[in-house]
Amino acid sequence: MTPKPATDQREYLSTDSDWSFALLEDYDREIARIAKSYGLDTYPNQIEIISAEQMMDAYSSVGMPIGYNHWSYGKQFLATQKSYQRGQMGLAYEIVINSDPCIAYLMEENTMPMQALVIAHACYGHNSFFKGNYLFQTWTDASSIIDYLMFAKHYVRKCEERYGNEEVERVLDACHSLQNYGVDRYRRPRPISAAEEKLRQEEREDQMQRQINDLWRTLPTHSTDEVKNKPRKFPEEPQENLLYFLEKNAPLLAPWQRELVRIVRKISQYFYPQRQTQVMNEGWATFWHYTLLNHLYDEGKVTDGFMMEVLASHANVVHQPSFDSPHYSGINPYALGFNMFRDIKRICENPTAEDRDWFPDIAGKDWLETLHFAMHNFKDESFVQQFLSPHLMREFHLFSIYDDDERAHYEVEAIHNDSGYRKVREMLARQYDLSVREPNIQVWAVDLQGDRSMTLRHTMQDGTPLSEDVHEVLKHLNYLWGFDIHLETYKDGKQVNKQSCPAMTVAH
Amino acid sequence: MSYIIDRRLNGKNKSMVNRQRFLRRYNQHIKEAVADAVTRRSITDMERGEQISIPTRNTHEPVISHGQGGKQHRVFPGNKEFNTGDQLEKPKGGGGGSGSGKASNQGEGEDDFRFFITKEEFLKYLFDDLELPNMIKKTLSQSKEFKTRRGGFVSEGTPNNLSVVRSLRNAHARRIGMGAGKRRRIRELTATIDALLADGAGDSNADQINALREEILSLEKKLKRLPFIDQLDLRYRNQIKVPTPTSKAVMFCLMDVSGSMTQDVKDLAKRFYLLLYLFLEKNYEHIEIVFIRHHTSAKEVTEEEFFYSRETGGTIVSSALKLMNNIVQERYLSGGWNIYGAQASDGDNWDDDSPLCASILAEQLLPAIQHFAYIEITPHEHQALWYAYQSVAKAYSQQFATAQIRNPGDIFPVFRELFAKERYKEAV
Repeated sequence: MTPKPATDQREYLSTDSDWSFALLEDYDREIARIAKSYGLDTYPNQIEIISAEQMMDAYSSVGMPIGYNHWSYGKQFLATQKSYQRGQMGLAYEIVINSDPCIAYLMEENTMPMQALVIAHACYGHNSFFKGNYLFQTWTDASSIIDYLMFAKHYVRKCEERYGNEEVERVLDACHSLQNYGVDRYRRPRPISAAEEKLRQEEREDQMQRQINDLWRTLPTHSTDEVKNKPRKFPEEPQENLLYFLEKNAPLLAPWQRELVRIVRKISQYFYPQRQTQVMNEGWATFWHYTLLNHLYDEGKVTDGFMMEVLASHANVVHQPSFDSPHYSGINPYALGFNMFRDIKRICENPTAEDRDWFPDIAGKDWLETLHFAMHNFKDESFVQQFLSPHLMREFHLFSIYDDDERAHYEVEAIHNDSGYRKVREMLARQYDLSVREPNIQVWAVDLQGDRSMTLRHTMQDGTPLSEDVHEVLKHLNYLWGFDIHLETYKDGKQVNKQSCPAMTVAH
Repeated sequence: MSYIIDRRLNGKNKSMVNRQRFLRRYNQHIKEAVADAVTRRSITDMERGEQISIPTRNTHEPVISHGQGGKQHRVFPGNKEFNTGDQLEKPKGGGGGSGSGKASNQGEGEDDFRFFITKEEFLKYLFDDLELPNMIKKTLSQSKEFKTRRGGFVSEGTPNNLSVVRSLRNAHARRIGMGAGKRRRIRELTATIDALLADGAGDSNADQINALREEILSLEKKLKRLPFIDQLDLRYRNQIKVPTPTSKAVMFCLMDVSGSMTQDVKDLAKRFYLLLYLFLEKNYEHIEIVFIRHHTSAKEVTEEEFFYSRETGGTIVSSALKLMNNIVQERYLSGGWNIYGAQASDGDNWDDDSPLCASILAEQLLPAIQHFAYIEITPHEHQALWYAYQSVAKAYSQQFATAQIRNPGDIFPVFRELFAKERYKEAV
């Protein structure tokens, strides 16, 4: 920390709580300077000042600056509007979009200290995370997302004009129900750009339709070759990306319907990294607004009052209620993430014997370098697994509960003590693992020669059943596929359940 | 590098389209909620929005997710007294209970998705139900009509509204005001010069007098430089909007409340009165409503009693018409009242009474009032009262409308005449 200069040397950027565009620029410049000194590499910022109503709009389009029209966004809007007007909730101070330039929405109601906090948090914290983290680098292309969303919006509108709102809505509803199954986890996508996308789209329509026709060829083959007449297994490997599979192989979809499936898939892919890095992303941004603004204060650029307001707000954000508190709603990602990054810094700067034991690689190393390394190369699951220290587990008083539906009691399986650290950490990491959080469902087989039904396989994890919703989802799937859908649930290699849509009849 | 952009002036209703999509999707639910609200609200209280609630299961968007059960590990913060191996009682009532992280998702006991629709939307759904022609819908949901009227003078306006007299009067006043000090000074200086000259010691004071005269000259120059007319002086005639002055109306709601009238029939009747009220409201500044219910005898009652109290007994319709006539004679004959009558019944009447009804209506009421509408809410054959009224309807086709009604869509044609007579010709 830089030593505090004497009072007479201080030059406050501002002294009252009102903001102006000139002041925003001043603060942004100062924060940018300090961020640079900490090595934060960001996209250019596009800071947009908006009103509360506009913030509600931004909310309801799930953070997309441009979205195609759909009733579910309207529902979101009505819900937001109602709870806002009744004072049940405040609006967020900001929304930030992973794009290049990085768009951040700031509310006009914010005071100057809040605007500074938000600029540090969103425009330098989140922004550098978007640019640096490997998941974002792999799965999203910040420079083209706005263009792609624009393309999607126009395309959906064109379809509505041509085929009617109801038809388009039906396809989108169905796709939305599968939107968490639109990513190839183990294969990396090629970046997309809107211009290319538009060019390729028409080409693709023809091409795809031709391929599908080939797959469903019903002409008898004249070959006498035994091997060829054997039923072909399709797909050859199980497919986890349901939307992709439908887009490419559903027999009855029209080209425009395939394109809609693709749009939903692409957008869900864009959000895929955000679903896996909530703790890290918020933690990183919170760590940096805290650090940058404290630095600003230490330089004597802001007043005590400014800092008080910032800290009060910061304390609210990183508050973690206990599990038995009425305010408890899960582990607060801001609190966990912020404290983990702080803890890493502490381990680097002042490691205890315990830290040296647990983190030999980072104890005593350069903290800034370590922090950047962590930000670049991890997601929530691996971040917790790698960096959650016993010290922090004690501070959070973490404990792990084992809940077996065949037993009458919960069991406390591990707490924050020597014998429990590893278990607690592992369980917490699992909680953030998407492959544990979401049911494992894959396209297993398609009956090419027979009734064209599609069989999905659900591999049960820890005996957890699927929620009731799955019936509705199967209906949507049935609509997209056009033929029967079977969902088989396997537990430890044995089939334990089978659901079909439409429901199976005996006469079959 | 940062760009700061002020977006506050951009459109804020980006979500309007999506909102409309949502409303359209849940059209049926909203219609039902509006219908409920109509039954609940007073006739005079239709022009505000409404809270709509839709069961959450209907607005739910399904996704594949884990259900309850299985073998779960969950990590919580804030351990106080637990130790490894402790067994904790599971909360009763199945499922995850309060301990599970999922409780908060469905928490707060909100089973319904609730939101508000605006006044305009409320009326739209109401009118949809009544199958109103579009033009009528528009006129009914529009606000008052205004006409512009002179309203004093203002300092800003367009040149065509410039008031020359006022402006010049102001200019004059300003010139007087601004020159007052200088003129006073000139008078003082002149007096001083006169005094000096009167002293006789003219020569010795010549310099002083010259100086004074010069000062007077410069002051006079300054006076001349005062602008003849200035931006400040301009006055414009002001135009203000005032609601078109319309006169008063009174609406009589007559209803049979004998045992044969069920609540459904009354609700349908309520729509009928409601529509008449909404129509009158657009045309008249002040409206009074008189509720008269009758079985064998008639009584003036409150709206609440009118729609929701139960009575039994026979039916003598003429009693209500007599009472209406009495009230008209007593209260509404003078003072420029426009009188409208609306009668709803299931068609039952004491047989001998029907001709009497027709004659009261034709001879006493219709000459005194603007319009009378009668609806018979019954799926059955017409009865004596209907036929008696038909003869009246022939004679007074401009003023008297009758209709048989089975559902809300049948109500509007009753008013067709009424609307057509006024300035709605193009719509019908």
